[in-house]
Amino acid sequence: MTSKELVKLENIWVHYDNVAILEDVNLSIDQDDFLGIIGPNGGGKTTLLKVILGLVKPSRGEVTVLGSTPERNRKFIGYIAQSSLFDHDFPISVLEVVLMGRYGKVGLIKRFSNEDKNLALKALETVEMLDYKDRQIGRLSGGEQQRVFIARALVAEPKMLLLDEPTTGIDTPMQTEFYELLAELKHAMAIVLVSHDISAVSIYVDKIACLNHQLYYHGSKEVGPEILEATYKCPVQMIAHGVPHRVLKEH
Amino acid sequence: MLEVLQYDFMRNALAAGVLAAVACGIVGVYVVVKKIVFISGGIAHASFGGVGLGFLLGINPVVGALFFTLASALGIGTLSRRTSLPEDTVIGVFWAVGMALGVIFIGLSPGYAVDLFSYLFGNILFVPTSDLVLMLILDAVIALVVFLLYKEFMAISFDEEFGIVVGVPVERLYLTLLCLIALTVVVLIRVVGVILVIAMLTIPAAMAKQFTYNLKKMMFFSALLGIIFVLCGLWLSYELDLASGATIVIVSGVFFLVSFGFRRLVSRKHPIAQPP
Repeated sequence: MTSKELVKLENIWVHYDNVAILEDVNLSIDQDDFLGIIGPNGGGKTTLLKVILGLVKPSRGEVTVLGSTPERNRKFIGYIAQSSLFDHDFPISVLEVVLMGRYGKVGLIKRFSNEDKNLALKALETVEMLDYKDRQIGRLSGGEQQRVFIARALVAEPKMLLLDEPTTGIDTPMQTEFYELLAELKHAMAIVLVSHDISAVSIYVDKIACLNHQLYYHGSKEVGPEILEATYKCPVQMIAHGVPHRVLKEH
Repeated sequence: MLEVLQYDFMRNALAAGVLAAVACGIVGVYVVVKKIVFISGGIAHASFGGVGLGFLLGINPVVGALFFTLASALGIGTLSRRTSLPEDTVIGVFWAVGMALGVIFIGLSPGYAVDLFSYLFGNILFVPTSDLVLMLILDAVIALVVFLLYKEFMAISFDEEFGIVVGVPVERLYLTLLCLIALTVVVLIRVVGVILVIAMLTIPAAMAKQFTYNLKKMMFFSALLGIIFVLCGLWLSYELDLASGATIVIVSGVFFLVSFGFRRLVSRKHPIAQPP
């Protein structure tokens, strides 16, 4: 293997109240991967990301992040949670949100240096949100907020981005712009994107995995209809909204 | 009004009011933005156990309350984070058990406590100078801790999960914040009493939130509003011969409702432009 392995999941099981959320999941993520994980809601997608981040402890199996535990090395992962989950009325500016990405590097009690502030401004420039740096975070559109959260992840200089349903609540033109931003970023870091929206994801990512408690992954973008049916438990045509060719190459 | 300032008790009352407003101005902002009003209520009510213990042991009830609020802050915080018990269940237990302990302790005290009412509902007109010193120290501790941990408290208030990922010690900071709430409760007990503390922790900060999107400015406005409420309440209670703590709370509530109503009226006439 020429590419360096960032994350390795081996035989991961996760249970909530004795219900299995993840069943024997194996996954390896390399440093130049752009991986899309698709699957129905409640299929364990968010849980999988949280296992990688060490926020959810698997009941069985082993997680390795950069050769060590998630707790030790998650600072190298930029995490972009579902944006709808934060308090939109919170008194915080865009720049303050982005600076949060520097916390791990700055350390307790210490103040931000000019370098931290410059890095935050640069990250905002990368996501084309510099003009909004003093805006309160809730007074941005969903797509703009998502860009700010990416800037916050970037400012920590991560080796990998984990995005949880990043396009929820974003209109289609903004989604396209958003994926194009990711396509640029993928040259600098690994990207893992979780979504229930197959068609949009499949255009941009390099590899697709399907997750519905079990993970189906062959290290490529081609997903056989039998896998999709196993994932979604329904015929493929229904999932792909009548444009299956966007998902599946000719078999 | 000014001639009353020649009395020591009135000067002490004003000083106590300002010290209380500063503490709840700073900490109330976190209570409001982090939405931990109910926890704060639990800590406040549990402090009554400390007041009772103070009576029983013959020490200053406010000092007794200090230990009880800190213990209940750490207790509620640790149990709700480390066990599967739902947070509001833990709060409910501490809330009621703390109050019950207070009642039992006071019942056991030699010579039944007559000014029990002033600890439950506050009496700003009877703040001894020794308590003012304690309040001043607690205010200084609160201000210092918030100054040092400002960015950390911002992180755990806005996005705890991200804080964990970037390596912020979220749980310890959360317990520290709860301890600051505990200290604030102690500062407020003499002014508005155990039961009304929650009003001063929420109303000034919630009102300040309507005027600014900057956390530091919010603390400043909230302390300022707190001072205005205390002064107005104190003056009204003096003029109308009403209970001071309750009057301060009612003044705060009226200000809050008026400002909320006014804002709704204004925003209907001139809707705030929403970004696309």
